[in-house]
Amino acid sequence: MDGEELTEHETALYDRQIRVWGADAQRRLSKSHILVSGLKGTVIEFCKNIVLAGVGSVTLSDDRVVTEELLAANFLIPHDENVYAGKSLAELCCHSLKDFNPMVRVSVQKGDLSSFSVDFIEKFDAVVVSCCSLSTKKLVNEKCRKVSKRIAFYTVDCRDSCGEIFVDLQNYVYSKKEDAEMIECRLEYSSFEEAIAIPWRSLPRRVSKLYLAMRVIERFEELESRNPGDTSIADLPNVQKLRKELCEAHSLSESLIPDTLLERLLASTTEFPPVCAIIGGVLGQEVIKAISGKGDPLKNFFFFDSMDGKGIIEDISKVKAEG
Amino acid sequence: MHFSFSVMASEQQLSAIKGSKVLMVGAGGIGCELLKTLALSGFPDIHIIDMDTIEVSNLNRQFLFRQSHVGQSKAKVARDAVLKFRPDINITPYHANVKDPDFNTARRHVNRLCLAAGVPLVESGTTGFLGQVTVHVKGRTECYECQPKPAPKTYPVCTITSTPSKFVHCVVWAKDLLFAKLFGDRNQENDLNVHSKDGSSSSKQAEDVFERQKEENIEQYGKRIYDHVFGYNIELALSNEETWRNRNKPRPIYVKDVFSSELASQNGNLDKSSNGDPPSLSAMASLGLKNPQDLWTLKENSKVFLEALKLFFSKREKEIGNLSFDKDDQLAVEFVTAAANIRASSFGIPLHSLFEAKGIAGNIVHAVATTNAVIAGLIVIEAIKVLQHDIKNYRMTYCLEHPSRKMLLMPVEPFEPNKSCYVCSETPLDLEINTHCSKLRDVVDKIVKAKLGMNFPLIMHGSALLYEVGDDLEEDEVANYAANLEKVLSELPSPVTGGTILTVEDLQQELKCSINIKHREEFDEEKEPDGMILSGWTQPRAAEKNGKTAVDSEVSTSSASEAVPLETEDDDDLQIIPTITGKKRKLSDISNETKNKRKAEELDSKNDVVMLDDENSDMSKKKREQ
Repeated sequence: MDGEELTEHETALYDRQIRVWGADAQRRLSKSHILVSGLKGTVIEFCKNIVLAGVGSVTLSDDRVVTEELLAANFLIPHDENVYAGKSLAELCCHSLKDFNPMVRVSVQKGDLSSFSVDFIEKFDAVVVSCCSLSTKKLVNEKCRKVSKRIAFYTVDCRDSCGEIFVDLQNYVYSKKEDAEMIECRLEYSSFEEAIAIPWRSLPRRVSKLYLAMRVIERFEELESRNPGDTSIADLPNVQKLRKELCEAHSLSESLIPDTLLERLLASTTEFPPVCAIIGGVLGQEVIKAISGKGDPLKNFFFFDSMDGKGIIEDISKVKAEG
Repeated sequence: MHFSFSVMASEQQLSAIKGSKVLMVGAGGIGCELLKTLALSGFPDIHIIDMDTIEVSNLNRQFLFRQSHVGQSKAKVARDAVLKFRPDINITPYHANVKDPDFNTARRHVNRLCLAAGVPLVESGTTGFLGQVTVHVKGRTECYECQPKPAPKTYPVCTITSTPSKFVHCVVWAKDLLFAKLFGDRNQENDLNVHSKDGSSSSKQAEDVFERQKEENIEQYGKRIYDHVFGYNIELALSNEETWRNRNKPRPIYVKDVFSSELASQNGNLDKSSNGDPPSLSAMASLGLKNPQDLWTLKENSKVFLEALKLFFSKREKEIGNLSFDKDDQLAVEFVTAAANIRASSFGIPLHSLFEAKGIAGNIVHAVATTNAVIAGLIVIEAIKVLQHDIKNYRMTYCLEHPSRKMLLMPVEPFEPNKSCYVCSETPLDLEINTHCSKLRDVVDKIVKAKLGMNFPLIMHGSALLYEVGDDLEEDEVANYAANLEKVLSELPSPVTGGTILTVEDLQQELKCSINIKHREEFDEEKEPDGMILSGWTQPRAAEKNGKTAVDSEVSTSSASEAVPLETEDDDDLQIIPTITGKKRKLSDISNETKNKRKAEELDSKNDVVMLDDENSDMSKKKREQ
C-alpha cells in the first residue's frame, strides 16, 4: 500500500496486532520487502507469519522439485502429484501463501541464491536463508553488508527436533520506552563469518551444545562438498573424527558435543513439525521487530531443542577492540 | 506416509501418536496453529470444539480462515482447511448452537471433566508476545484450579458514578451506565442519576430525564441528555463539598459551552446510499472523521455524541430498549468513546482515540500469529510426552517477551497438586452469610454457580435435598425446589444456620465439596456487595484484594511480568460441550457424548488428551456484566 495511512481494511484486519506494535510499525511493515530462500517446514512457517503480519512483499527462492520428503512438514502444498508434479517448491508455496493475505505481494525468483547480485539483494530489507551451504551463507551475508542501506540477514536451520537461528542486523539503532522515557539503544552485530570464527574457548560460559554441534556438521558438509542436510548416520565416524580435531584445535573437551546430539543432527532428514512452528514463530517475530524498529531484537543466536524444551539466546559476537 | 521425526523417537512414540484420540477446545488463534501442527505431526484422530464464527479481526492470525469465511463456524472451516493438506486424518468439528451464559467457567468446567475422566489436560494461553503451556494430570500435577487466577478487574461504584480518575472509569460509565440507560433495558437498575431538579414544580422531580417528551425531536432530546449528564449531574456532584476536598473538581459542560452559537447537528445528509445499499450507520462517517486513531477535540466528541444518539433513535429505534454494548457495533463504540471523552474532559483526564477506547470498552486483547505458533509447537511436544506417560519430562513452558537467564522459552517442572484445592483435593470451604436474610437463591447464584463454577448443582444438608437441577424431576419436586430458592436459609425445610455443613455437587463435573456455614449479621455494602464471603476458595491475587483501589486499567503485556501463570482476557467466547441437558449422568455417558463412542480395541483413556487452548479466556467481561 502506497499511501501514508493504513486503509480501513488494513485497520480492521490488523486491529489485534496494531494493538501490540502500533500503527506506525504496521505501516513500516507494509512497505518492507523480504527475500526468503530454502523452503522447508520451518521457513514455510516463517513465511506464513510474515505474510499474515502484512509485509509489503515476499520473494521466494527455491528451485528444488517437490519430493515426499520435502512435503513432510509443509502445510502449503497438497500431497497430490497432479498438483505438484513438475513445479518448484517456490512456485507451489507462492501460490498458497498469496491466499493468506491478498495485500502481500508474493513472488518467485528463479536461480541459485549464490548467484544473486548485490543490486538484486539491495531491493530487500531482510534476507532469510536456509538449507544452504556455509560458503553461500557467508556470501549472501557479505552482500547484505556491502550496500549502504541496512539489510537484516538471518539464517535458520532445523534438523531433527532442534533448530538454530542466526541474526545479523549490523549496526542497529532503535528506541524504546523505559520508565515512561524514550531511550535510544545501539547494538553491534557480527557477520556470520565473524561470529563462527570466534575461538570456542572464548564463547559464553556453558554455551549451548547445539551451537558447537552445528558448527561441526557445517564444517563436515563443507569439507565433503555435501549439499546442505545431505548426511546420514553412516557419516558418524567421520564426524566424530572431525569433532576430535576441532576440539583439539580449540582446546575444548569433546564431551561438550555429545554423540547423541551428533547422531540426531546427522540422521534425521526431516523436520519435526512442532519445532518448525516454534522456530518459525521466533524468526517471524524477529524479522517483524527489525523491520518495524520496535522491540529488542535477539542477539545473535537462538537455539531450541525439544529434548530439554529450552529456547536459548546466545550472544556470540566479535568483541569490539578497545581504543 | 512414514517418516521418523527423530532418530531418538522409538516405535513406541510413533505408535502412541498413531493410536491417540485428541480433543481440542478452541479453533481460534492457538487452535488454528495447533490443528495444523497436530495434523503435520501425524495425529490421526482430532476432535475440535468451538462455538464461535469467524470475524475479520481474526484473519491476521487464524490463518486457516479467509475473508470469504467470515460468519462461518470456526471449527468446521478449520477442519476443511486442514484436510486439504492431510486428507487422510479424521477431524471432527463441533459447533455449538447456543451460547452458554456461564461460559466464563468454561476452562474450569473442562478441567473438572478431565479430572473426573482421568484424562490429561494440556492448557495454554497467549496475550501479545507472552504465552504459556501447562500439563495437568490428575494426582500428579496441579489441576487448572489449584493456583489462584486473578479476579477480573472491577471498580467501586462511586469511582464510576462520581469520582473517576482514569479514562477506563469514564469508559465504564459510558458503557455500563449511560449506554445501558439510553439503549438498554430501561427497567434495569442503573446508578445514573435520572432526576433533574426543576424548581418550578416539585412533581417534576420524580420524572425520569431519559424519557423522551412529547413533541421533543431527537436533536432536542440529545442535547437535553447531554446537558443532564455532563452538566447538571456534575453540578449536583460539585454541591457535595466533602467529595472534592482532596480531589480536583470536575467542570460541568453544556452544549452551549461547546458549540457557542452554532447548532450541534449541521452535518449534512446521511442518506448517501446509492445502489440501494443501506447507509452504514456511523457518526464518524457523517461527520467526516476518518481515522479511528485520531484524538478528537471536545467539540468533535460532542458532535459524535449527538450524532450517534440521533442515528440510534432515528435509524435503529427498534433495537432501543434491548441493546447491549458490542465492540463490533461501530455506532455503539462511537457513542461510548464520545461519552467517555466528554466525561474525561470534564474531570481533567486525558482523552483517547476511538481505537483505544474500543479496546478498553471491548476488553480487546492484542494478539499476533507468531506467539500462537510457538505455543502450538510447545503444546504438541507436551502432548507427545503425555501420550507416552513420560511423566518425569512434563513441563510447564513460558514464552517470554524478554529473555530470562538467556531463555526466551522457559520450561519449568509442573507443581504438585495443591492440597487445599477444593476441586482436586476436595477441601471444605467456609461461607459467611446472614442466614436470616439471605435466600437460597442468593447462595446458588452468587456462590455455587458464579464462584464455584457448577452449572447443574445439587445442594444437600445432610440427607435433605435442598435443591437440584435436572430434566427428570417430578413436577412437585420442581415446585418444591423453586419454593426453597425463595426461602431464607434459616427457614428452609432443613434449616441452615451457623455451623451447618452443606454439600454441593455437580454430577456432570463429578465435583463435590462441602461448605461450612458461618452466620454473620452485617456486611459492608461497598466492600462486600454480595452480602456473603466465601473462603478457602481460590482467592484472587494481591492486586485485587482491596476492591477500593483503582486497579491499573490497561490490559497490557507489561514487560515486567515474566514467568507468571497467565490470566488472559478475551474477545472470543468459548463453549465446551455442545448441548447440556442437565440430566443426572454417569461418567460413561459424558465420555461418550464428548469423546464419541470408542472402539473396544482402542487404547485406554490414558492415551487421550484434551487440549484447552484459548488465545484469551474471558472472565472479566462477563463478570462485570453480572
